[in-house]
Amino acid sequence: MSCPIPGEVRPLAEDDPALQLRQILNEEGEADAGAVAALGLGRQELLRLYRGMLLIRVMDERLMSLQRQGRIGFYGEARGQEATIIGTAAALGERDYIVPALREAGAAIFRGLPLRLYIAQILGNANDVCKGHQMPCHPGTRAARYVTMSSCVGTQLPHATGMAYAMRLTGDEAIVVGYLGDGATAQADFHVALNFAGVWRVPVVFVCQNNQWAISTPVTLQSAAPTLAHRAVAYGMPWARVDGNDVLACYAVMREARMRALAGGGPTFIEALTYRMGAHSSSDDPSRYRDESVTEAWRSKDPLRRVERLLERMGILDAAGVAALRASLDDEVRETVAAEEQVGPPPLRSLVEDVFHAVPPHLEEQLAELLPLSRQPVGARTHG
Amino acid sequence: MPVWNIIQAVNDALRVEMRRDPRVVVMGEDVGKFGGVFRATSGLQEEFGVERVFDTPLSEGGIIGTAIGMALYGLRPVPEIQFADFIFPAFDQIVNELAKFRYRSGGEYPCKVVIRTPYGGGIRGGHYHSQSPEAYFAHTPGLKVVIPSNPYDAKGLLIAAIRDEDPVLFLEPKRVYRAARGEVPEGDYTVPLGQAKVVREGQGVTVLCYGAMVHTVMEAVDKQGAAEYDPEVIDLRTLVPLDTEAVLGSVRKTGRVVIVYEAPKTCGYGAELAALIAEKALLHLEAPIARVAGLDTPFPYTLELEYLPSPERIARAIANTARF
Ligand SMILES: Cc1ncc(C[n+]2csc(CCOP(=O)(O)OP(=O)(O)O)c2C)c(N)n1
Ligand SMILES: [Mg+2]
Repeated sequence: MSCPIPGEVRPLAEDDPALQLRQILNEEGEADAGAVAALGLGRQELLRLYRGMLLIRVMDERLMSLQRQGRIGFYGEARGQEATIIGTAAALGERDYIVPALREAGAAIFRGLPLRLYIAQILGNANDVCKGHQMPCHPGTRAARYVTMSSCVGTQLPHATGMAYAMRLTGDEAIVVGYLGDGATAQADFHVALNFAGVWRVPVVFVCQNNQWAISTPVTLQSAAPTLAHRAVAYGMPWARVDGNDVLACYAVMREARMRALAGGGPTFIEALTYRMGAHSSSDDPSRYRDESVTEAWRSKDPLRRVERLLERMGILDAAGVAALRASLDDEVRETVAAEEQVGPPPLRSLVEDVFHAVPPHLEEQLAELLPLSRQPVGARTHG
Repeated sequence: MPVWNIIQAVNDALRVEMRRDPRVVVMGEDVGKFGGVFRATSGLQEEFGVERVFDTPLSEGGIIGTAIGMALYGLRPVPEIQFADFIFPAFDQIVNELAKFRYRSGGEYPCKVVIRTPYGGGIRGGHYHSQSPEAYFAHTPGLKVVIPSNPYDAKGLLIAAIRDEDPVLFLEPKRVYRAARGEVPEGDYTVPLGQAKVVREGQGVTVLCYGAMVHTVMEAVDKQGAAEYDPEVIDLRTLVPLDTEAVLGSVRKTGRVVIVYEAPKTCGYGAELAALIAEKALLHLEAPIARVAGLDTPFPYTLELEYLPSPERIARAIANTARF
């Protein structure tokens, strides 16, 4: 199949200029007007990108503090990674699918997962689509085409490849995005997924959020290759390295990869270089293992501030507008949490549902044995 | 004697063995500088250096596969799998390689690896941070499976496991990692593999359990009225090889048995215990064998306390079995 959007499989020398991170919006929030215009994003769309990023930031702050108060059991932030998440998700079409890793919930909401359902999932209450079956921060939605994640690092990637095969077979004009962290590149499933995708030339884009840490393990202990993008070369697929804190560049590389995939040009691997600004999760304490002055230094690369400067310069949103938007998103999160906290736990029966298509007799029996002793449904058990 | 929790006891066992035996190395995700997400390997890298205590890339298959290679050459690796739920990428290496190397080589290539991994529910971890996969491994010939319930046993069993000549899966009950505290001797001692322990002597009903469930059973006995039935509570400590005499001796004495485990009921380790008792002590039984186990479902998040065997469910089973 010939592809109008060539994806060169470049060999990689360490000084290959292509290894430079793609950037459109620099750390000062400056961008070449032509480069921005070339993206074809209107004022409303730019604002929407910013709103999606800001919602992640606001949610992370609010939900982390609820976790510390013991009101939710667990939380994993994406602080510092908002540009990669929203920039790549924004380049997708409605029929495209997301197969997420750990930190892309903001993309699910951006694509239409109602905030209240996300919060319900975090609380594991009776409104939760997955009925309290999974721990917090594991959303999934068919409507927004965001596959319910597993905690297992790397297992999702072959699914992304397989789904892309199915899309092509059924003639669907869509692609799959498989997200992963830098740590996941060490898993066998990562290599399997890229190898199959390369051989099959299916419409899948792998987006590696290289936040440089896997819990306490630095990316330098995951791979001896100079960059993670080097992996793509071995699997015969085009790749790109992008400033993961630049939402416009993330959008741009994803859009190119998507168009190539739709045109039959096969898979792409994107390495988005960013930094995990927070702890791995609410269970973690990074001061035990990393130099937090490096984290501080990354604050100057903050992905939100850059967009704020751009929006201000373009006359789309000024500082007061930013503050107002932040306050309204924060209210929305707080009100949603308050409402969802009133909702009790899922009914006892939810324990045996969705194990199979129908509840089999032995599970009915096991449920019946629980009933005389159950604390349920006596209202919500507090979380944590 | 210091009073320690299970994490401290595990940490000390590793330290004792690493000081004694230069073949012992500790490897896994985040076990080095960080000392493990549960801190079980804390301070080891400082003492023994990065060559003997090291962070690996994020790959369980890689961790166990390379540990096997080290063992083939004569080291005694003690890899950590961060959560037992994540052991499955290494399942092939464990089941087809680690467990079978001695057999397939006629003893030319024994393969001495001790895999440590926290397991079990009750920490609000949902189904990928709560599973109890012991039955898969107990079903695998060539592997020993050890599960301590308290700090004294954790240290003594782990040292014994490292000194044993066979591969061992050492499952640590993370629900009681910090809650179970007790006196732990300093320095060197072992608790032999394959010996169960009577936690409470009794004449009425034999209660078989291991890991965190030992504590839940004792709560049923002490706080839910099950003491009335004079149960004999046995902590198996080692699932493979099983102390069959301890199990059968108690069942012959009481004629009644309740088996408690938190893994899904069907084909769980308790099914093997029930079969063993039916084969070897059926005529001593005065009541049906009862099992109190997890449900045959994935491990839930919100309703985990409903899923797990509770003191109430255990007390009810003990009462029903005693009164049968
Ligand atoms: C198979 C597997 N092994 C271990 C873990 C425990 N764990 C959870 S996240 C994580 C690190 C992931 O790092 P990375 O892929 O870089 O993603 P990030 O957390 O940085 O987003 C680890 C080791 C897991 N969830 N799954
Ligand atoms: Mg990472």
